[in-house]
This record gives sequence, C-alpha cells and structure tokens, in this order.
Amino acid sequence: MIKTCKPVLAAAALAVAMLSQNALAAEEQFFPMTSYRVGPYGANGQSFYGGFIDYLNYVNLKEKGVNGVQLTYEECETEYNNAKGVECYERLKGKAAKSAGPIHTMSTGISYALIDKSAQDKLPLAMMGYGRTDAVDGSVFPYAFPLVTTYQMQASAIVKFIKEKNGGNLAGKKIVYLYHDSAYGKEAIIALEAEASLNKFQLVQIPVAHPGNEQGAQWLKIRQEKPDFVIFWGWGVMNQTALKAAQKVGFPRDKMIGSWWTGSEEDVVPAGESAKGYMAATWNVAGKNVPLIADIEKTVYGAGKGNLSDKAKIGTILYNRGVSAAVLSVEAIRKGQEKYGKGKALNGEQTRWALENLNITEARLKQIGATDLLPEIKTSCDNHEGSGKVKIQQWDGDKWVPVSGWIEGNKALIHPLFQASAKQYAKEKGITPRDCSKEK
Amino acid sequence: MLYREAGQFKTTYAADQQLFPIRQDRIGVITLLLIAFIGVPLFASEYWFSAILIPFLIFALAALGLNILTGYAGQLSLGSAAFMAVGAYAAYNFQLRVEGIPILVSFLCGGLTAAAVGVLFGLPSLRIKGFYLAVATLAAQFFIVWCLTKFPWLSNNSSSGVISTQQLIIFGHELKTPTEKYLLVLSIVVLLALAAKNLVRSSTGRAWMAVRDMDVAASVIGIKLMPTKLLAFAISSFYCGVAGALYAFCYLGSVEPDGFSLDMSFKILFMIIIGGVGSIMGSFLGAAFILLLPILLDVLLPFFAGLFGLPFSSATVSHIQILVFGALIMFFLIVEPHGLARLWQIAKEKLRLWPFPH
Repeated sequence: MIKTCKPVLAAAALAVAMLSQNALAAEEQFFPMTSYRVGPYGANGQSFYGGFIDYLNYVNLKEKGVNGVQLTYEECETEYNNAKGVECYERLKGKAAKSAGPIHTMSTGISYALIDKSAQDKLPLAMMGYGRTDAVDGSVFPYAFPLVTTYQMQASAIVKFIKEKNGGNLAGKKIVYLYHDSAYGKEAIIALEAEASLNKFQLVQIPVAHPGNEQGAQWLKIRQEKPDFVIFWGWGVMNQTALKAAQKVGFPRDKMIGSWWTGSEEDVVPAGESAKGYMAATWNVAGKNVPLIADIEKTVYGAGKGNLSDKAKIGTILYNRGVSAAVLSVEAIRKGQEKYGKGKALNGEQTRWALENLNITEARLKQIGATDLLPEIKTSCDNHEGSGKVKIQQWDGDKWVPVSGWIEGNKALIHPLFQASAKQYAKEKGITPRDCSKEK
Repeated sequence: MLYREAGQFKTTYAADQQLFPIRQDRIGVITLLLIAFIGVPLFASEYWFSAILIPFLIFALAALGLNILTGYAGQLSLGSAAFMAVGAYAAYNFQLRVEGIPILVSFLCGGLTAAAVGVLFGLPSLRIKGFYLAVATLAAQFFIVWCLTKFPWLSNNSSSGVISTQQLIIFGHELKTPTEKYLLVLSIVVLLALAAKNLVRSSTGRAWMAVRDMDVAASVIGIKLMPTKLLAFAISSFYCGVAGALYAFCYLGSVEPDGFSLDMSFKILFMIIIGGVGSIMGSFLGAAFILLLPILLDVLLPFFAGLFGLPFSSATVSHIQILVFGALIMFFLIVEPHGLARLWQIAKEKLRLWPFPH
C-alpha cells in the first residue's frame, strides 16, 4: 500500500511545490522559443539555443530575474522547417499574449513567414544576422529587427577589410564570390555589386547548388580565374567541402573570407588541416576568455541547470552567439522596464519599443562581462540594425583568433538599398510607413 | 442498422446517378459541411485555424491532385511540390503584373499555369511507365526549383528569391483573420473536391482507370492514350497549382523556392499512400494523418512524460515523433495496404451487415 502511495505522494508534493513557486513568482517574462535541435541543422541549433537558455537561467540565478521578473521560456521544435515554424509560432502565441520577449527563429525562411503575422499580433521578431534584411528600415517593419548586422553590411565590411589589407586600393583586383545558391547566398550579391562598381574591382559570381558537397567545377573555375580573394557564403556541409577543395587546387586559405555562418567550429574542425589560415567574419568572439561565458559555466552548470548535454560546446562560436542574442534580449527587457515600470513584465508592444530604443554601450557590455561578445548597439526607428559591425577571425588550426577590430560596413552605400527595398515592400503590401521623426 | 439502404428505391436515372446514392451518406456529407462551414468558425481558436485546419485543407487538395494522377490514372509522380511552386509563383506574378486582377482569378491562372507545366513534364509518360516515369517527374522537381532561383524576374527581383504575397481582397473586402482565410480555403477545396468526385465518375475518369489497369487493353477498346494521360497530368497539376497558391497566400504568406522541396513531394505521396490510392476521401484522410499526427504527438508526449516524470526535451519528443511515425506507416502498410479509405469502406460494409458482420 505504502509502495503505491509513494509516487502519488511525491507527485502531490511536487505539485504543491510548483504551485507555491508559481504563487511566489508574481511576474514572469515569457520567451517564446521556436528552436531546432533535430533536423539538418540541429547541431547549430543545439549550441545556439543552449547558449540562449543558459543565459536566461543565469540571469534568474544570479539576480533573480530582471528586477525581480523571472525569465521563463517554452521551446517548440521547428526542425528548421518553415511550416513547422509557423505551427510553433501559433502555438506559443497564446502564451506570449501577456508577456513576450523577442522571438529568435534563427532561420531566414521562418522569419519571412512570420514577418506579417508577428506585426499583426504585435509580437517582436528578432533576426540577428539573418532574415529579411530590409527590415532595417523600421518605418515599414515596426516589429521586425535584423539586429546587430545584416548580410549586406557584412559583405561590405569584408570588402573594407580586404581593401585595408591591400593598402587601401582594390582597383583592378579580382574577387570571386562563391555562394550557396539559395535565398541566403544571394542576399549579399546586391551589396557586392555596389562595392565592385565603387571600388572598381572585378566581381566573379560562382554559385554552388545545395547542399554543396560537389564543388569540383567551381574550384576549377576559380583556378582559371586566379582571383586575389574569395568571399565565401557557405552553408552546412558546403563549408568543409570548400576548404578541402581549396587545398586540393592550391588556393591559399588565408585569401578566403567567409560569412558568419561559415565560421563556426562545426565548419572548420571536420576540414582538419585544410582549414588552417581560413578567415571568417563574426559578430561575437569564441572561447571562454569572455568573463560572462566563464561565469555562466560556473554559475549555471555549477547549479546543475545547464541546458547543454555536451559541455564541450560551451565557448564555441555558436554557443557564444546564442548567449549574445540572449544578452541583447534581456537588455531590451531592462530598457523596457525603465519606461513601463520596474519589476513588471513587458508585453509584445512594449518589448518592441525597447528593441527600437536599445543603447548597449561598450561600458554596459563590460559591466555584464560581455566585452567583444557583441559590438555596441544603438537602434532607432529608422535603424533596426543598430550596429553593422563585424570582426574578422582566423582559424589557427585549433581555435578562432580575431585578426581585426570592429569593422563597420559602408552604411552610406548599403542602407539606401534597404530603404528602396522596404519602400517597394510597403507599396506591394499597402503599408503606410510610420514617420520616424515622430517616434521617440 | 443505421447504415442500411433497404427501402431506398431509385425510380429515375438521376436518382441512381447522384453523387451520394445512399441517403445516410448524403446526410453525413451535409452535416460535415455544415460543421465545417458554420460550427468550426464558431468554436475553433486561432491556433486551430492557422496552424492546423488551413494547412490540412491545402495539403488535402494537393494530395487530391496527386491522387487523380497516381491513384486514378496510374502515373507515378514525384513532382507535386514543384507544381505547387508553379501555382504559387504564377498566382503571385499574375497578381503583381496584371493591374486589378481579382485574387480568385489569380489562383485560377496559377492553377492553369501549373497545368501547362504539368503537361510538359507529362510528355515522357507517353513512352515510359512506373518507376521510370517517377524519375522523369523528379526532373520537374529539380528543374522548377532551379528555375525559380535562377530567373529573378519570377520573384520580382527579390534579392533572396523569397516572395511575400499580396493582400487577399475579394469583392473589395480584405481577408485578414484566420477564420476568413479558412472559409476561403474551405470553399475552394470543397468545390474542387466535388468536381474531382464527379470527374472520376465520368467517362474521363473511367478512361483513366482503364489506362491505369492496363494501357494496352485500354487502347484496344478505343481509348486514346495520349490525350487521356496528358489530361490527367493537366488536371492533377491544376489541383496542385491551386493548392500551391493557397499555401503561399492563405497559409505562409511568404514562400521561397527551396520550401517546395522533394521532401514535400514525398509528404504528399505518403498522404495518398496512407489515405488510400484512388480515393477522393483517402486524400483527406491521408492529409489529416500525416499533418495532425505529429502535432498530436507533440502535445501528448510531453504530457505523458510529465505524468511519469521523464526528462523529455523538445528534441527527444521530435525524435520519438519520427520513430512513432515510421512505425505507424509500416503498420498501416502491412495491415491495410489500401489505406485509411479502405478501412472506412470496410467499416461501412460491416455496418450494412450489422448486427452480424463477417
């Protein structure tokens, strides 16, 4: 009799404990999380969302939430599939009606599908380093935030880096753009073409079909073209293949610069020796040298509340990127509470305001212990990007080493492209843009 | 007892030829339609509309399209998702480039464009059959997706190839809420399903089935193979095209070519295999099974895990889902290879013999 009672009693005790805990935590800030840990890009999702959740727990453990507001979340597995992403969003939407942190989908496709819906539901959508890049123009896209930096600004920053390496002149040089033939790979073309005509270098575009494990023809062409640099926009298995192929045709790896989705440990470690010297852009540094990352490992994993089952992933590029996304989201909640009342959870509309009025300075980052984890960010109604800066890092065969400071893309050249595209979108959709001069 | 035809006499040809000759069926279908059109909008939540019912109806329509081709005409195809892509992009472009075109006409034109493309890829069916044809239609799958990424004009020069669909305006009224979109999709799907039901009973449908069962014999009895097969391709692609347009306009709101991948084609193929090859109702049952089961497991598994105190993360749930799904597909194929529609049919036959079914 006692035996059968035991689990029931335990369950009842647990239920009581949970209820009382709920009663104590009066305010909760809910983060709807359309994450992915299985499917073709599951490994990336695990690191990113692991980092994100670890930071939320860290804030809960360390300071009992943001001004006493506990950070909660619910995950829904999208498998990087657009339709599933929409289903997850609809499922989490009900819970997010009361309080909502920014939604990070980490998928361009899902963000595209959610842009209209989230604006209608008044839930802020964050697209850090991906997504609909012309949402930089907040007058047309009030609820979409391509935060930190966009593909186009990144491409421009990479060109700037190459230019500096070449003594400030690119005239007559030849640059190959080797890209994944998909929405993601094509985003940067418009920026590179603008840069090519401005800096008078020759741009050769070479697409690689999905998934990109067959690149013989492309590298043959690169050998014929003898370019001075290769700018590389790869994805998944395509990245390691490119590095190995470059080694095979003898193209120097230190003349190859990748985008931030080609510069994680997952890309270079499988390529082995052939990855040595390869460079990639990033907006967050790797490693546990960042005090915040070390502290998360100590606090969160010390308390046994870590989200990652594989602790070796702590400090990798994508883990740190997840932490940086969470830092930014939590800073937004803090900012919002300053306006709407400390110790109160923010609804979607309030979080939107906060994301639009972010001002994360170098000093603040240092305070959190997140120096270099992400660049300074200052957003506004007409600039939802807020930074546009990247660092270039190099793989030394063992770890990523930053080889530049923060480089900002050519804003005067790139941002008008966004505005033009946003204007077209507004026309297609019948949206009247907000007047940004009236926002504060 | 409930389902017995005794006493239902048919005294005219019209009565004998009607769509649902048994009174119980008629009552059942009408009740179902009333529930779908009136009951559901009254009670369902927004989540149900935009995450479950709308995609269910759209995929049922696509499965219906494939079922016409594969189930009735016997031409195996792996290009359904590609024809959906054609429909979606064509409807988008008609809406964009033809001033003042009504949205429903755009959907129709999207379907017709898909039909034209379908005929083009159906041409090999005149020479090859079965598996070989499936591989030929696979070409459509790759070619169309490539084509949509290659020519930026098709996506209105969007830098990424992604299109964002226009507003849904019907008779000056903009459809915004999920309920309105659901009613639009439901109306189109019901109309097209009734049309399909009639079509497969007509001489065209019988010609298709003759070709499916043995094309040599069919040609001997005077059925022209070429027009019959190509018509099947055209109509099937039309259905898929309309489904694609609805998928883009009423469900996701923005689509990219890569979204219409081979995976989606396979999904639609599984729908008709599970639901029942050569059955209109099977398309609906199959779509429901393939789409709803994962969501059901997604909701139930964490609940049971919580009950037994198992540490389930969302990833584990996803893995178990795939496992259960695979197992269920195998189970169904072994127990009832003719799909859910056949199970339903058996149930009806047993009901007729009730209370002593055998």
